[in-house]
Amino acid sequence: MKVLVAVKRVVDYNVKVRVKPDNSGVDLANVKMSMNPFCEIAVEEAVRLKEKGVASEIVVVSIGPTQAQEQLRTALALGADRAILVESADELNSLAVAKLLKAVVDKEQPQLVILGKQAIDSDNNQTGQMLAALTGYAQGTFASKVEVSGDKVNVTREIDGGLQTVALNLPAIVTTDLRLNEPRYASLPNIMKAKKKPLETLTPDALGVSTASTVKTLKVEAPAARGAGIKVKSVAELVEKLKTEAKVI
Amino acid sequence: MSILVIAEHTNSELAPATLNTVAAAQAIGGDIHVLVAGQNVSATAEAAAKIAGVAKVLVADNAAFAHQLPENVAPLVAELGKAYSHVLAAATSNGKNILPRVAAQLDVDQISEIVAVESPDTFKRPIYAGNAIATVQSSAAVKVITVRATGFDAVAAEGGSAAIENVSAGGDAGKSAFVGEELAKSDRPELTAAKIVVSGGRGMQNGDNFKHLYTLADKLGAAVGASRAAVDAGFVPNDMQVGQTGKIVAPQLYIAVGISGAIQHLAGMKDSKVIVAINKDEEAPIFQVADYGLVADLFEAVPELEKLV
Repeated sequence: MKVLVAVKRVVDYNVKVRVKPDNSGVDLANVKMSMNPFCEIAVEEAVRLKEKGVASEIVVVSIGPTQAQEQLRTALALGADRAILVESADELNSLAVAKLLKAVVDKEQPQLVILGKQAIDSDNNQTGQMLAALTGYAQGTFASKVEVSGDKVNVTREIDGGLQTVALNLPAIVTTDLRLNEPRYASLPNIMKAKKKPLETLTPDALGVSTASTVKTLKVEAPAARGAGIKVKSVAELVEKLKTEAKVI
Repeated sequence: MSILVIAEHTNSELAPATLNTVAAAQAIGGDIHVLVAGQNVSATAEAAAKIAGVAKVLVADNAAFAHQLPENVAPLVAELGKAYSHVLAAATSNGKNILPRVAAQLDVDQISEIVAVESPDTFKRPIYAGNAIATVQSSAAVKVITVRATGFDAVAAEGGSAAIENVSAGGDAGKSAFVGEELAKSDRPELTAAKIVVSGGRGMQNGDNFKHLYTLADKLGAAVGASRAAVDAGFVPNDMQVGQTGKIVAPQLYIAVGISGAIQHLAGMKDSKVIVAINKDEEAPIFQVADYGLVADLFEAVPELEKLV
């Protein structure tokens, strides 16, 4: 079966971002960009499904600027077969991204779509669920285990109280949580091979999708700073402070 | 304006996060209705009717809603939600699962994890793991919003007397089925509702050593959490993870034990009133946000702390 994986180009996990002085957003100039960590897990899961003989083809798609080709090439080096970039220089909201992905799903007809559960920049946690609504497919969000059998996929989900397992009819949408797998690193030969794999570029216009949004960002501020407190010398002093100064125990 | 709040519950019990979500609805202003969708939820509906400030409780009692499968619940919420100016749910794993599906069905953007209400159409929400706070404005006909519980003080669970109304809409979409669940059983308070949280990190070295934290927590009446490092290492289960992608907590007292303080962990606990850090590495970033830092071997400090509190 065909598996579609969506990936997003985001600020690298290790970068501590700073708010711009004019409060228009965060400063991303000269900041290292990477594939969203949850998307790496999504690519890895698709590659493992292919290694098990469950998946026959892996198509990776990204919605983003021209430079998102870098993240698509990374996914190709990790084992995806071909890539699609839906090029948009604008910062798009989750609903617009889900609509673009729906158009790609209509075109590609995958049996399984795997996405990260959230992007570490906008922290929205919406796109997979929205894509499921638009396609009418079942959704297995926050997955820590994915097992395809016949025309169903069993997804074990990380929920607040522990774990929940659901059986979904295929085609279905899965979003990844941290414990699903540990992504591999791309080998040098595979990085070289990835350069020759097909990468198609589309536009929202060509897909006939409007990316208009009902939400606008008015300003972006730094959070209230939390200053460092004091170092105590002993457990006894700590307990004393908690009882008499902070009055929390 | 009228606001539909989706109740968070276990069928038999209303979850505390519902009270924080109603508080956010009050900050927006307008008639507040609460939807209880589940199976055998009459006691939960009665509890919801008692919440201060709730005008009406809608009850959708159907086997198809028993496990909150989004394929079944989202169409119900979308259908009911059309009549409201706002649809709110707690940013729990359940709210996060269902509400974006509702928003897409209504063809509107969703605003995730608001921590403040500026006006009925303008909200504040953290982005980049809480390293920036965005103020966003929505022009959507129905504003679909998840609420971070720590941003809003819970309303009183008693004092209201809302009317209860049954709704018959919805059923099994036939796309998904519940197979099973493994829920952690604990007598300790729930992590996101606890007044005191004791969390352990990689410094705990193994799962067995978490017993020191359980003993301390039981003496303090605290919940026990963990950093991602501790969960990834298999010391403790995932539902204990505090951080950007785990649970967000803001207790009166947060005691971080053997936690270095990665930004992703700080995102989940830096709104705590008082933070204590115990770590043998005095350079650990956790000390930059701690009100009280103790540079010590946790295996000596924690038992001593347990004796003195």
